[in-house]
Amino acid sequence: MAVVFKAPHALCDVPMHYCPGCTHGIAHRLVAEAIDELEIEGKTVGVSPVGCSYNNYLYFNCDMVQASHGRAPAVATGIKRCLPENIVFTYQGDGDLAAIGTAEIIHAAARGENITVIFINNTIYGMTSGQMAPTTLLGQITTTSPYGRDPKAHGYPIRVCEMLATLEGPAYIERVSLHDIKHIKKAKEAVKKAFKVQIAGKGFSLVEILSTCPTNWGLDPVESLKRIEKELIPHYPLGVFAGSDLEV
Amino acid sequence: MGQKLLMKGNEVIAEAAIRAGCRHYFGYPITPQTEIAHYMAKAMPKVGGVFLQAESEVSAINMVYGAASTGKRVMTSSSSPGISLKMEGISYAAGAQLPAVIVNIMRGGPGLGGIQPSQSDYFQATKGGGHGDYHMVVLAPSSVQELYELTVEAFNIADRYRILTMILGDGVLGQMMEVVNFRDEEKIETYDKSWATCGHNNEREHNIITSIHIDPVILEQWNNDLQKKYRLIYEKEQRYELYNCENADIILVAYGSVARICKGVIKEAKEQGINIGLVRPITLWPFPVDAFEKVIDIPSAFLTVEMSAGQMVEDVRLTVNGKKPVYFTGRMGGMIPTVNDIMSKIYEIKNELKI
Repeated sequence: MAVVFKAPHALCDVPMHYCPGCTHGIAHRLVAEAIDELEIEGKTVGVSPVGCSYNNYLYFNCDMVQASHGRAPAVATGIKRCLPENIVFTYQGDGDLAAIGTAEIIHAAARGENITVIFINNTIYGMTSGQMAPTTLLGQITTTSPYGRDPKAHGYPIRVCEMLATLEGPAYIERVSLHDIKHIKKAKEAVKKAFKVQIAGKGFSLVEILSTCPTNWGLDPVESLKRIEKELIPHYPLGVFAGSDLEV
Repeated sequence: MGQKLLMKGNEVIAEAAIRAGCRHYFGYPITPQTEIAHYMAKAMPKVGGVFLQAESEVSAINMVYGAASTGKRVMTSSSSPGISLKMEGISYAAGAQLPAVIVNIMRGGPGLGGIQPSQSDYFQATKGGGHGDYHMVVLAPSSVQELYELTVEAFNIADRYRILTMILGDGVLGQMMEVVNFRDEEKIETYDKSWATCGHNNEREHNIITSIHIDPVILEQWNNDLQKKYRLIYEKEQRYELYNCENADIILVAYGSVARICKGVIKEAKEQGINIGLVRPITLWPFPVDAFEKVIDIPSAFLTVEMSAGQMVEDVRLTVNGKKPVYFTGRMGGMIPTVNDIMSKIYEIKNELKI
C-alpha cells in the first residue's frame, strides 16, 4: 500500500501545546515538510522566539537555539556567520518580530543576511493573553486596547513585508495565509521557496504567515479562519513583495 | 623567540583573541574601546574570520549567543553603557551555558557618564548585572602584556567550563601603549563541544541550546548544576598577585590600572620609611580569598583603592571578615587616584590606628 500522507521527519513526534484551532501547528508542519523535501534537516539550525512558539525547539527535529525576545534574527546571524554552509531559520511571532525585535529584523534584512524568517502574524500577543501587538488592526479589541485600537492613542498597525521591501537587502519576501486549503498550499510553496533562496545563497528571505488566535480573538476556530479572510487580508494583502522574478 | 611589539591595549586584546583562535567578533562602537573593533575589522578578513558591526549592543551580544551556540570561539567588546545593554544577552548566555569572551573597557558612569577611565562596573561584572543566579569569570589585567595573556586565557576558561569570561579593564589600560611580548604559539585548549547546535548531520539526536526550563523542578536542578560549576571555578581559578606583603604595615587591595598606581605608592612609602604591600586580584570573580588567607596576619589594616565609590571593598570586607580593619579610598567619574591621594589616606590610617 502506498503511503500518501505521513508526519514529516523534521517534526518531532510529541504533543504540541498550542490551543485548539491555532494555526501554529499548520505553520510548523509546512516548515517541516519543506525541510524534509529539501533534505536539509541534518544541516539546519532553527531559532525559537519568545511567544507562544517559544519551545518549538521541542517540535523541530533539527538543531535548535532558543533566543531572547525579538533577538532571533541576531542569534541567527551569529549562527549563520559561523556556519555559512548550514541552513538557518527563525520562527517568530508578531510581538517578537514587529515590536521588541524591530531593530534586529530590519538590520538582518538590510544586511541581506542569508537566513530564512518564518513570521507568524495573528495581530495579537498570544502567550501573555491577548495584548495589543504592533500588527493589531484598528478597532480590534485586545486586553490592552479594551475599547478597540484607536490610532490616536495606539498608532497604526505595521505592515512588515511592505516595510522590509523598501530595503535592498532582502532577496525574497512574501505574505501568505492559512485560512483555507488553497492558501495553505500556497503558503507551503512560499516557505519552501524561502529555504531554496537561502540554499542558493541569494540572501535574506521572509515569509509572513497570516494566522489565527481563536483563544485571544474570542472566536471559534472556523470563525477565526473567516476573520483572516474578512479582516486581515484587506489590511495585509497577500503576495510577493521582494524577489517576484527570483528563480531558485 | 616570540615577537616584541609596542601596541595599544585595545589592539592587543583584539590580536590576542585572534591568536587564541577567535574568528568571530560582533561589536558596536563606543569609546574608549573602539580600537578593538577597528583592529578586528582589518585583521579578521585576513585570517578568514568574521567582523560584524551590529546595529546595537543588544544585537551584538545576541550574535555572540548564536555564534557560541555553534561551538566557535567568539568575542564582543564594549564599554560601560554598552555592557549594560548586553546584560540581557549575558544572562541568557549564562543560563544556556555558552562559552564566549566579553570585554568591558570601563568608563565613568552612571548613565552616559563620561569617557574617562573608571572601575564602577565591578558590581555589574561580579554580582550579576543581568537577572538570575549566575556568574561570569571576571579577569582584571593590569598591563598591556597581561591584556594579551589573560585574553588568550579567557577563551580557554570559557571553553573549559562553558561559561562567559569577561575581561574587565578600564580606559587607561585600553588606551595605553606598552611593549608586549607575543609567544610564537598559543596554548589553545580544546574541549568536547558535542552540545553545539551545528547541524546534526543525521548522525545524532537534535541538540537544543536554551535558557528556559518552564518546569520549576527542572529549572531548580539546572540552577543547582550551574552553582556546582561555579563552586568548582571558585576552587580552581582564583588568581592574584601578592606584592611586597611580607612585612607590610598596611596592605593595599587594588586591581587593574589602579594596582599600577599602588605599586608607585609602595615605592614612595618605602622612601618615607613605611612598609606597604599589595594584594592584586587578577580574578575578580572568583574573588581571590586565598590571597587574603595568606596575608591576613601580616598588616594592621587593609586599604582598598578603586576608581569607584567603593565596590570591590565589599568583597574585601566579606573576606577579611572583621579580622582587620578595612579602609577605602577612591576617585570617581573618570578621575584617577594619584600617589599623593593614596599616601594621604595611608597617613590618615596610621594616625587613627597609631601605627
